Amino acid sequence: MIRKSIQSRRARETRLKIYGITSICFALIMLATLLISIGLNGYSALQQAYFKLDISVNTEKFVDDSGAPDNNKMNLFNWDGLVQSALREFFPEVKDRDEKKELFAIISANAGYDLKEIIKKKALGSGSHTLSVWLHLSDDADQYLKGRLSIDIPEEDRRINNKQIAWVNSLVERDIAKLKFNKTFFTSADSREPESAGILGSVIGSALTLFVTIMFALPLAVMAAIYLEYFAKPGKITDFIEVNVNNLAAVPSIVFGLLGLSVFLSTFGLPRSAPLVGGLVLGLMTLPTIIIASRASIRSIPPSIREAALGLGASKMQAALHHVLPLATPGILTGTIIGMAQALGETAPLLMIGMVAFIIDIPTTFTSSATAMPVQIYMWSDSAERAFYERSSLAILFLVAFLISMNLLAVVLRKKFEKKW
Amino acid sequence: MTSKFRTKKVEVSYGDKKAIRDISLDIEKNIITALIGPSGCGKSTFLRCLNRMNDVIENCSIKGSIHLDEQDIYGPDIDPVELRARVGMVFQKANPFPKSIFDNIAYGPRIHGLASNDSELKDIVHNSLEKAGLMDEVKDRLNDQATGLSGGQQQRICIARAIAVSPEVILMDEPCSALDPIATAKIEELMSELCESYTIIIVTHSMQQAARVSKKTAFFHLGDLIEYNDTDKIFTQPENQKTQDYITGRFG
Repeated sequence: MIRKSIQSRRARETRLKIYGITSICFALIMLATLLISIGLNGYSALQQAYFKLDISVNTEKFVDDSGAPDNNKMNLFNWDGLVQSALREFFPEVKDRDEKKELFAIISANAGYDLKEIIKKKALGSGSHTLSVWLHLSDDADQYLKGRLSIDIPEEDRRINNKQIAWVNSLVERDIAKLKFNKTFFTSADSREPESAGILGSVIGSALTLFVTIMFALPLAVMAAIYLEYFAKPGKITDFIEVNVNNLAAVPSIVFGLLGLSVFLSTFGLPRSAPLVGGLVLGLMTLPTIIIASRASIRSIPPSIREAALGLGASKMQAALHHVLPLATPGILTGTIIGMAQALGETAPLLMIGMVAFIIDIPTTFTSSATAMPVQIYMWSDSAERAFYERSSLAILFLVAFLISMNLLAVVLRKKFEKKW
Repeated sequence: MTSKFRTKKVEVSYGDKKAIRDISLDIEKNIITALIGPSGCGKSTFLRCLNRMNDVIENCSIKGSIHLDEQDIYGPDIDPVELRARVGMVFQKANPFPKSIFDNIAYGPRIHGLASNDSELKDIVHNSLEKAGLMDEVKDRLNDQATGLSGGQQQRICIARAIAVSPEVILMDEPCSALDPIATAKIEELMSELCESYTIIIVTHSMQQAARVSKKTAFFHLGDLIEYNDTDKIFTQPENQKTQDYITGRFG
């Protein structure tokens, strides 16, 4: 009898184990599929098509009467013309106005501006200089070189025509154009031209926003948790607060965005698109998460530690700050980092306060206009250019890597601060 | 004979449930008083009234009066924090802070500002460990985690920690219940030494322990104080039948 029941119990156990393993495998496969498909779309954005030009400049054109460098003169100079004439030297047969236009379309529309920035950075001495610089090809030429633009479709439906393809191929044959590491992606902010667009602006925007979020939410949440755990008199009011804190955690994030719009922007008149406001809104959103995690963590500290402190004549505050809080830190940190990760990936509330804007400058202060990583991804994925598509995939990979490292940090911190007693 | 504590008609209830009723007893200075009785009889509750540790517990209400040196400890001008510095406590389960041995002992003096500089603080810590008979065992590892010590040592750390604040009274709530006989013997010895300078009140389940260390014993049963007398009397010729039954092991 017993043996029979043991057999069936074992079989049930094995079955349960198999179900468990299957579901874990399923989850892992889904995750891997997601990451691999994004990776395959995005990896090519690590490279960008560049072309090399030998350019002669006379820096004496850019000095004022006293001989000091004059930015104004530099800005007024026809850099596009310089790039274009240098490019035309490779293709002397191009004479026609329309043809010229087509030729110039294979290089980045920002090539002249980029050249100016390169020259500015080099701070050449006075006199005439000849230097070879690498500039961006246009996003269409770039996509063609990466094999992402199909040339099977009819010419008139293509973003790049046969003549342009021939020019690009000829540049590649002459070793003037090639794919190089896409440094621009990591060093610049958004741009209308995919080849000049980068994630640095949104990464810094996200960093500034998260800094405000943590500075705002962590102290408030920890103080609220300590109060609710140790000081609040049990009763209707405390119950009401507790229910509302839990409810707040379930409020859709867009509602926090609306709150930010009406309170921070309309009432307090804070600047639009600013990391300060974004951080406050995300802080309000993560507040309940951190409060709940902190309370759970505080509650898990054995009461004997607190009694020991109280028995020695420590005040409630001292017992909480000297003994309970340090021991609860790992749990609070974990909750905080998970809340931060949630805030990092949040788009909806930022849309409401104007952080979904086309911003080409890298933000430097908490009130300068900025965007955040998920918003940047959202905007790029909305663009028509193929090149933005691969860039948004790469940006997603970065965001995911960021989130994974934040969660790893949570684990490491937990291990480090955890004390045994 | 001077009384340290004078309690009159103390009644404690948790919500609707009465834990102790009508407890009136005077506790003498500089002796060990033992509180005995079966589990749930209210002896720990009574002990925790003496330094207002019951304040921490929700929906706990206390009636009656408790005077420490003629001062009502539930009076409006008494701060429980100050009271607990005068009436220290050692708990059933050794509960050293997860910090170094030194920091454990130094915590009380630090929060009360008993030492004006580091060397004074060091003296207090050393004296307390000396008094707790622990100095020889830990003098080379004052910076080690207190939680790494043995159970008996941890409990003596807790005693040293209580002494470091220079209290007048030390309350002990079954301090030896989790310890082996050797560690228990050490703590009992320590109590006998300490009662020269401190008033000690101990709650214990071990009647032998009460008989060994205490001078006076109070027997509690179901929230009532049944008998309070010299320990010798209680254990040799109890006046009450219930006391008789308990000490002879017929119930409890």
